[in-house]
Amino acid sequence: MTPVLKPVFEPVTGRYLRLQIGGKAHRLYVEEAGTGVPLVCLHTAGADSRQYRALLNDADILSRFRVIAFDMPWHGKSSPPAGWQTGEYKLTARAYVEIIMAVVDALGLDRPVAIGCSIGGRAVLHLALEHARRFRALIGLESGAHAAPYYDLDWLNRPDVHGGEMCGAMISGLIAPTAPEADRWETIWHYMQGGPGVFKGDLHYYTSDGDVRARLADIDTRACPLYLLTGEYDYSCTPGDTRALADQIPGAQVTIMEGLGHFPVSEDPPRFLAYLRPVLAAILEGTPGPGRGS
Amino acid sequence: MVAGAIDGLGEMANADAWLVHRGRFLDVTFLLATGGEEYLVRIYRGRIEEIVKGPHVMPRWTFALGAPRDAWIAHWQPVPPPGFHDLVAMIKTGALKLQGDQHLFMANLRYFKDLLALPRAQPEAAR
Repeated sequence: MTPVLKPVFEPVTGRYLRLQIGGKAHRLYVEEAGTGVPLVCLHTAGADSRQYRALLNDADILSRFRVIAFDMPWHGKSSPPAGWQTGEYKLTARAYVEIIMAVVDALGLDRPVAIGCSIGGRAVLHLALEHARRFRALIGLESGAHAAPYYDLDWLNRPDVHGGEMCGAMISGLIAPTAPEADRWETIWHYMQGGPGVFKGDLHYYTSDGDVRARLADIDTRACPLYLLTGEYDYSCTPGDTRALADQIPGAQVTIMEGLGHFPVSEDPPRFLAYLRPVLAAILEGTPGPGRGS
Repeated sequence: MVAGAIDGLGEMANADAWLVHRGRFLDVTFLLATGGEEYLVRIYRGRIEEIVKGPHVMPRWTFALGAPRDAWIAHWQPVPPPGFHDLVAMIKTGALKLQGDQHLFMANLRYFKDLLALPRAQPEAAR
């Protein structure tokens, strides 16, 4: 007799959400786990919601938060909209905010917390500017007001260079050298799986269209608290970039994370969660929390 | 010693079967500069065929990677400091200069990052 084994499922449920974004029908892949305050998770450019696998499996966080991570259109298991084949993908600030608010509305979330990394870290600044009262708190990881490109982005999408190899190799150095090997290489794998031109298209937002430098004075942390956490090994959004951002936003709380790079959520989850837990506790308690106030 | 690290680079690379496999479509000669010394590194099908120390008269290469000696030493620390832990990070800060035709370097970026990180396994390289 073969012993009957019980399947080992994680607490994560994945489903497809049908909704309209920008007048087009979309089928977004959404994962969630836990109960409590909604915590909407925004992945980095060229990646997908698997980056949040540790949050979606953390019993302590799941006891207090409903953790929701979705794949942006074009990413992970969310296909591009019909007609994608006729033009270049370029993410804009308007489109990104529209995607996030469409998900918040479709799920009927009441004042969720949003946490985003890299382009997601920029997006929370746009949320702070345009929808502050719709959110309980905003957490920006690797968050800067602008990023100038430091290499020719055309390398990411051209027929004579393998896009998956290129994207993986390009971002590999943004991970701290101390990151556990399995998490480092899973993070890189997600990048290797991106569709052609998707990472580059996201960077249009990161390096050009999403520049919020001129609007920072309009962010009001009394309307919605803002926490900024950046890894010391991040050379895309450096600790200096995040400090410069916070200097322009009264009340923003800054934490520089040792031994972490540009993908804290995914590259070294235990180390990152040690920094995140006090922030989540402060949000629930309504206190300023850790970090240096600006 | 930086020179010692580069002298040992060929043997370390060729002993790494997975690195050589990933470079199986790579044939190139590049110039590696360490602030004073220049080396021509000739790669054929992912194997390092030779590393020739300069000075060179009329050297021919496809691309060149040059950084001061201290920058290479920082890059080769077992846990390199932020900014020196990755070739692209060093390019961004200006510590590393990439010149010439970048195509093969970029198309094989993981190969070159891994190749030039090999001296981290040699403790004497980090001094």
